[in-house]
Amino acid sequence: MTENLFEVKTGLAEMLKGGVIMDVTNPKEAEIAEKAGAVAVMALERIPADIRKDGGIARASDPNMIKEIQKAVSIPVMAKCRIGHFAEAQILEALEVDYIDESEVLTPADESNHIWKHDFKTPFVCGATNLAEALRRIGEGAALIRTKGEPGTGNIVEAVRHMRTINMEMAQLSTLRTDELMSIAKKMGAPFHLIVQVAETGHLPVPNFSAGGIATPADAALMMQLGAESIFVGSGIFKSEDPASRAKAIVQAATFYNDPEKLAAISAGLGSAMKGLDMSEIAPEDRMQDRGW
Amino acid sequence: MRPEYKELVIGVVAMQGSFAKHAHSMGKLGITSRAVRTAEDLKLVDALILPGGESTTMTLLLENEGLWEPLNDMLDTLPVFGTCAGAILLGNQIDDERVHCFNKIDYLAERNAYGRQIESFTTALVMPKIVDHDFHAIFIRAPKFKDIGPTVSSLAVFGTQHVLLRQKNVLAASFHPELTNDPAIHKYFVDNVILNSR
Repeated sequence: MTENLFEVKTGLAEMLKGGVIMDVTNPKEAEIAEKAGAVAVMALERIPADIRKDGGIARASDPNMIKEIQKAVSIPVMAKCRIGHFAEAQILEALEVDYIDESEVLTPADESNHIWKHDFKTPFVCGATNLAEALRRIGEGAALIRTKGEPGTGNIVEAVRHMRTINMEMAQLSTLRTDELMSIAKKMGAPFHLIVQVAETGHLPVPNFSAGGIATPADAALMMQLGAESIFVGSGIFKSEDPASRAKAIVQAATFYNDPEKLAAISAGLGSAMKGLDMSEIAPEDRMQDRGW
Repeated sequence: MRPEYKELVIGVVAMQGSFAKHAHSMGKLGITSRAVRTAEDLKLVDALILPGGESTTMTLLLENEGLWEPLNDMLDTLPVFGTCAGAILLGNQIDDERVHCFNKIDYLAERNAYGRQIESFTTALVMPKIVDHDFHAIFIRAPKFKDIGPTVSSLAVFGTQHVLLRQKNVLAASFHPELTNDPAIHKYFVDNVILNSR
C-alpha cells in the first residue's frame, strides 16, 4: 500500500515533466500562467524577490487565497509550507493542494527536523543543494526534488552549481564497488538503501526538477540540458516587464531546450528580464539555500 | 519478439509529460520510438502515442508550434494510443474550453473527474481481452469518459467507469500504463492496433 501511494505521488511529477511550474500570488496571475502553458502553479502570498526585500517572517499562505487560485485554474496547484512545519502542511493537505513544497523560501520552523512526509497522502517537493541532501529528503518521503538555487535573485549560478553537484556525485557513486557504499553513506550522511539505488541506476529515485534563479528561456534550456526534467520559475516571470510573453517563452524553452534556432526565436523581443541580484550582494545570513540541511 | 517489431518506429508526441516513459515501455518490447516535436518528425513514424501530462499545456504548445493541423491529419490514418491527457485530446468533446480535441474517438472527456491529486489511486484491472494477469493501473488526476459512442469497445472497467477504450485505430486509457513495468497494453497496441490494421 505504501509503495502504491509513493507511485501515485511520483506519478504526478512524471506528468509535470518537460514543463514549467510558475509562482503566482493571485487568481489573475494564475490565469496568465495557465494561458501561457504552465503545467502547474505555486500559490504563495509573496514571490521570493519580495520576501527577500520585505524581510520579516514568511509563512504559508492564507487558505482563502489558495482556494481562489484553485478555482481559477484547472492545472495542479502547489503551495509552500515552512521547513519542519508539519501543521502548515496538514492545513495544505486539508485544502487538497496537489503538491506541497517544504520550502527554504519561507522562514524555517524547525532547524533540526524536516517534515516526515510519508505521513501525508499529498506528495511533497523539497529543495536540495547536493546529492546527500536530496537523498535525506527522499528518505523522509519527498516524491520530487528540485535544486534550491538562490530564490528571488534571477541569478542562475546557484541552480547550476546544485544541479552539477548532484550529477557529479551520482556519477561518482556509480563508479564505486558495492563494499564501498556503506562507508560513503556514512560520510555523506544519507540513507544507505538510497545510496545503493543511485549507485545501481545512476539517477535519483524520484524526478529531478530545477528551481531558484531561472529568469530567461535560455536559463530554462541550460537547466534542462544539465538534466533538469522540469523548471520552477518564481520571481522570474512576474518581476519582468512582460510576464505573459516571458511565461509563454519559458514554456516553449522547456520543450525545445535542445534546439538553439528555435530558442533564438523564442528569446526575441520579451522586454527586460527581472533585474536580479549578484551573490556578492546577498549577506551570508540572507542566503535562503542554507536553510534546511 | 515478432520480426515486424524491427520495422516499426513509434512517434511519441513530446511537447510535455510522460513521453520518455512511453518510449521506455516500447523499448521493453524491443521497439524503436522517436520523440515528435515538429511536422518533419511526423513523416518518419508508423504510429503515434499521445502521452500523459497537462492537456492545457499540450493544446497550447501543439497550436503555437503549428503542429496541431499536421498531427490532426496524420491521426486520420495512423494508429494512435493516448493516455490520460492524451486520451482527453483524442476524444470528440471535452468539458473544458481550455483544451481542444482531435475528434478521433467517440466520447466526451471529463477532466480531473475523480478529483485533485489526493484522490489519485492505483488499482488492479482485469482485462481478459488483453492480458491473462491483473494489470496494475495508476490513475493520476484521471479523466472519465462519458457519452461513449456505440462503435467504441470497452477493454477495461473500473467500478462503473470504462477506463480503456478502442475505436478502430484509436486506443485510449484514462490511466497510465507507461508508469508501470508491465508493457502488456503497449504490446496490445502494437499487435492488435498497429500490426492488425496493416
